[in-house]
Amino acid sequence: MRLSFKSIGAFAGCTALVLGLVHPAAAEDALTVVSWGGAYQKSQDEAYFKPFQSKFGAKISTEEYNGEIAKIRAMVESGNVSWDVIDVDSGTALQGCEDGLFLKLDWKKIGDEKKFVEGGTMDCGAGTVVYSTIFAYDADRLKPGPTTIADLFDLKKFPGKRGLWKNPAVNLEFALMADGVPRGDVYAMLKTPAGLDRAFKKLDTIKSSVVWWEAGAQPPQLLASGEVVMTTAWNGRIFDAAKNEKKNFKIVWDSQVPDYDFWVIVKGSKHVDEAYKFINYASSAPVMANQSKYISYGPTNTDAIPLINAAILQDLPTAPANTKTALPEDVYFWGDHGEELRKRFNTWLAQ
Amino acid sequence: MDAVMPMDAGQSAGISLVSKLRRAERTRRFRALLLVSPLLLYILLIFIIPIGMMLFRAVYDPDISRIAPQTLAALASWDGESVPDEPVFAALAADLKVAQSNQEVGGLGKRINYELPGSRSIVIATARALGRLRQGPYKAAAIAVDPIWGQRDVWAVIKRAGSPVTPFYMLATIDRHIDVDGHLVRVAPQDAIFVDVFFRTIFIATLVTVATLVLGYPVAFLLATLPPKSRNLLLIVVLLPFFTSLLVRTTAWVVLLQTNGVINDTLMAIGLIHQRLQMIFQRSGTLIAMTHIQLPFTLLPIYSVMGTIKPGLTRAARSLGATPFTAFRRVYVPLTLPGVGAGCMLTFILSLGYYITPALVGGPNDQMVSSFVASYMNRELNWGMASALGVLLLGVTLVIYLIYTRVLGVERMRFG
Repeated sequence: MRLSFKSIGAFAGCTALVLGLVHPAAAEDALTVVSWGGAYQKSQDEAYFKPFQSKFGAKISTEEYNGEIAKIRAMVESGNVSWDVIDVDSGTALQGCEDGLFLKLDWKKIGDEKKFVEGGTMDCGAGTVVYSTIFAYDADRLKPGPTTIADLFDLKKFPGKRGLWKNPAVNLEFALMADGVPRGDVYAMLKTPAGLDRAFKKLDTIKSSVVWWEAGAQPPQLLASGEVVMTTAWNGRIFDAAKNEKKNFKIVWDSQVPDYDFWVIVKGSKHVDEAYKFINYASSAPVMANQSKYISYGPTNTDAIPLINAAILQDLPTAPANTKTALPEDVYFWGDHGEELRKRFNTWLAQ
Repeated sequence: MDAVMPMDAGQSAGISLVSKLRRAERTRRFRALLLVSPLLLYILLIFIIPIGMMLFRAVYDPDISRIAPQTLAALASWDGESVPDEPVFAALAADLKVAQSNQEVGGLGKRINYELPGSRSIVIATARALGRLRQGPYKAAAIAVDPIWGQRDVWAVIKRAGSPVTPFYMLATIDRHIDVDGHLVRVAPQDAIFVDVFFRTIFIATLVTVATLVLGYPVAFLLATLPPKSRNLLLIVVLLPFFTSLLVRTTAWVVLLQTNGVINDTLMAIGLIHQRLQMIFQRSGTLIAMTHIQLPFTLLPIYSVMGTIKPGLTRAARSLGATPFTAFRRVYVPLTLPGVGAGCMLTFILSLGYYITPALVGGPNDQMVSSFVASYMNRELNWGMASALGVLLLGVTLVIYLIYTRVLGVERMRFG
């Protein structure tokens, strides 16, 4: 029986171990803020996390994620919520709000909703930055460079490969604008079958010359290696490569598609009051204006814009010179049609 | 033993001996079971139960029956032809009010949106509008929000999706759906994608398996016949890819294969080509990178089986008059088949699940099933669809495995 006694011990030990792994680690006292890592989270660390902690004597523990909304859903469904505040993109803010993953925000605790730029607030999200999908080229290789969105689709004027995001979002908008559709009509057209066909037809004209990218780090790499002559990208990535790797990359701001990132509070968070306090702090104009020193994303608080140095401002999507032909992304359109269009887009890709 | 034991004593003693033996066996078996039980429990808790629950979602979707019970009850007597009457709209309004306070309207809208794209925001707008009304008539109010409520399609979807057990997701994986009249039909050609994706996945996995076999078999043969010292060196070279992460290796292939990359530069420099080759961002990139990653998985089982083949066997064949090639083909190769079977099986099944590699070095039509599973899981948050694709992939894999073992015989497969 000695053996079985031992094995019972081993059995009990392993069970305890398994249950211990499955069971949540005791919730810490600190507010857990989750963001996208990289240069972006570094800018948040400098502009928000460090000053907040020293000002209020509070503790923030940070984590990184990659937009995995499934992870958040699993947390909420299991009632084991260890993330409190998350930086999410607009699609996730909408989706998570409707799926009951995020708290509906009480604006009294955050500040004046009207101070935010248009589209910078949602039921569950308080806007934190404006970023933009633009297209860019390497001025050392391409002289003279493209200037309008039509040039992205003009293989005669600018022969060579183009990098595009492997996603219908923004590409369909770019296609229609390049085809001469006025900005104001783009989303109305995309809701009709004829408009969709027109967008896909326009994409057809450059399909054979497209290199599709999936990760945000790919476009600067594709440009640097000369794999493509121009590529769509998120503006911060191009700015970063130009500044830190001394590349002569130029951004074409024509027909840029700006979008927002939002702070959300996870439903079931054990630090809701602290979370509001943090979002309130991070949304105040001077604090927000400070972030653009570290990364080329614009503030969502209109009061923060005049506080930004003119030299920095010209590289932001919110700079007046850059917004003249901008088409803000319609997150509600993509909420309604995203899944269907991603399927159609993938079918189109494989043809 | 029998011979020593007297006959009569043997009988009674034999019975007790047998039962004693059986009891001892039982205790031992129990102990053995107890010893492996932590592992069994672990597999059950960490593997079988979660995966089972996940796969269950492919056919079980209780969202609508949970969120809209009154509407479903009111729809029970609906003829399916005309637009429902006021009582159904009143039931919908009541359901939407409850759903709104529970923050569940989005869930309802999302489920209807799967079958009627664009209706998600209509459901949400309708919930807001009807929530403001204290009393009916609700029918006119709903149709005023959007004419969709005045058509039978949306009601047919609600009624059909109201059953918690649904074939919707499984049918979608084979590009089929049930239309408004209840007929099973193909989806529109611009949305028919998954059947192609499945064939593409199997095709790519087959090509990779064949490539690893063609490349790996001679190397395995070399490894098995080399003297130990140089064999170890070669073995380290073969195993080297295991020491770096998959992502790093894939990125390294980008550097090598790109248009201005190392391989193109070299070929241009030595004048072998005059125009740079497009090797990346199309099928060839996927095949090259996957073959590299999978090579050791095919090679190692073959190598370990080759190590057990006695050199005397081919020598015997030679002494009986076979040419070197005949001896190799008719004696050596059949003896290595168990390793070939195991290695190819391993590579084939692992290849079915790739998604990062095709995404980074492959072309637009190299996405395999698992990349769709990942995107439905993470981006669309449509876990029913992710599960359904998983079920089909698992099913296809099992069928291929069964055919494979029937042809080759599972008892002949050896990993070493």
